[in-house]
Amino acid sequence: MAVIKTEDLTYVYGDGTPFRKVAVDHVNLEIEKGDFAGIIGHTGSGKSTLIQHFNGLLRPTSGSVYIDGERLWDNKARLRPIRFKVGLVFQYPEYQLFEETVYKDIAFGPKNMGLDEDEIDRRIKETAKLVGLSDSVMQKSPFELSGGQKRRVAIAGVMAMEPEVLILDEPASGLDPKGREQILGMIKEYHKAKGNTVLLVSHSMEDIARNVSKILVMNDSKLFCYDETAKVFHRSAELEKMGLAVPQVTRVFDRLKAMGFDMGEDVYTVKFGSGLLLDRLGKKGAK
Amino acid sequence: MIKDITIGQYFPGNSVLHRMDPRVKILLTGVFIVMLFAAKGIEGLAVGILFTVTAFLFSKIPLKMMGKSLKPIIPIVIFTAVLNLFFIRTGKVLWEWKIIKLTQEGIDTSLFMVIRIICLICGSSLLTYTTSPIDLTDAIERLMSPLKKIKVPVHELAMMMTIALRFIPTLIEETDKIMSAQKARGADMETGSLMQKAKAMIPILIPLFVASFRHAEELALAMECRCYHGGEGRTRMKQLKMSILDLWGSLFCGVFLAGVIVIDRVLG
Repeated sequence: MAVIKTEDLTYVYGDGTPFRKVAVDHVNLEIEKGDFAGIIGHTGSGKSTLIQHFNGLLRPTSGSVYIDGERLWDNKARLRPIRFKVGLVFQYPEYQLFEETVYKDIAFGPKNMGLDEDEIDRRIKETAKLVGLSDSVMQKSPFELSGGQKRRVAIAGVMAMEPEVLILDEPASGLDPKGREQILGMIKEYHKAKGNTVLLVSHSMEDIARNVSKILVMNDSKLFCYDETAKVFHRSAELEKMGLAVPQVTRVFDRLKAMGFDMGEDVYTVKFGSGLLLDRLGKKGAK
Repeated sequence: MIKDITIGQYFPGNSVLHRMDPRVKILLTGVFIVMLFAAKGIEGLAVGILFTVTAFLFSKIPLKMMGKSLKPIIPIVIFTAVLNLFFIRTGKVLWEWKIIKLTQEGIDTSLFMVIRIICLICGSSLLTYTTSPIDLTDAIERLMSPLKKIKVPVHELAMMMTIALRFIPTLIEETDKIMSAQKARGADMETGSLMQKAKAMIPILIPLFVASFRHAEELALAMECRCYHGGEGRTRMKQLKMSILDLWGSLFCGVFLAGVIVIDRVLG
């Protein structure tokens, strides 16, 4: 059964005012349990608005959202448990840190869930290890940390709730390449360890291509497609028309194909591409 | 819900009132208040009402907006009316019950007061409806500039007001984001006792506080990079200019003020 399902989900900002804008337009989609999916779309395509519906932060103007078959907004009291089920990490999550110590800040979510002390402690230690926060950092004030570390603390704060679905909005934005790699690596690690559903919003096609198995494309408030990575990047011409670029390496291989060097399709990671190239060169006996 | 807070109440438009110089508008609002208080009798007040209505028609502000600005003063209006109604004991008695006495004079006075307050609010809110907050601070700075002679930091005060106005929407947006983020972590801000609700504000207030300091630091740095050094010798991109419109406005206002005084003398 799909863990997230939407039916004609529509959201309109500022209805009835001159600033009216349809942010999400009749979106129908089903996300299966255990999927690791990327969400892409240009700025203002409705990605962020869409994901805020999945944990009941925004109320659909029309249409409905189902989490584990339960329709949101039928019973407002059920929204809080839903938020523990669907963890959402906002963009620049380090701006939400507030506690005296890193430990306490990560504990905020689990504490709100009403877990007992031992369980909270276990979860914090586990997530701290997963995101690579050492014991000495745990007792520091979150405001003393570097940007990358703050980001990890904030993400750990949501991960410690062990949500069935983890949604992250641009978790690596504003970090240097090494920081990006680490953050994305730990998200991948989390997915592997828990087998939970993870949705990753990102602008970087490279990041998406390297990590996820399915891609959801939003275009002009509408769902363009939700499909396996290879199939989505297959439609590179359409993607480019809506201002989204396929990964650079895919473009390189597209051009090579156009020049008469067909090396197969579905090249969207550098690793895979370089392997293909080496193979080919090896076969021909590169001089 | 948090987005519904409007900053000031500027209603964009291009009416005669919108195009007038904000300095003149502030001064004329002063004249308008004098006009209302100069009226002693109902006849004088009628002229004041006429002025308010005409100015309102010129401004092309929807009637609904006017109603909105009147809403918060309804308690004051009712309070004034009741006070005048029952505490003026002179004049012809119309109705009496135990110690409560309704007199003709009481009714007249309370009506007079209520109309005066309503006119006052409507007329002066036209100023804020037709002038953007930034124009308003600009004009206040210019009007207060003579105070520089007695060492009042006029430019700095105006700059502070401008910055505050500029950052209100930013901070509202930020609050919204932080609230969503904490709600996503299960923060419960709606239920519980007053004490619990106050405690639930901490996860929102601290990040907001940190954010304001960050903004202040960044802004200070940005201003310094542009060699900002206070008001000395500073020129403006948007110069305030008086036009023929302002002359007409002043004349119009002056005529009505004279009208109120004359009518009061003649008929009063």
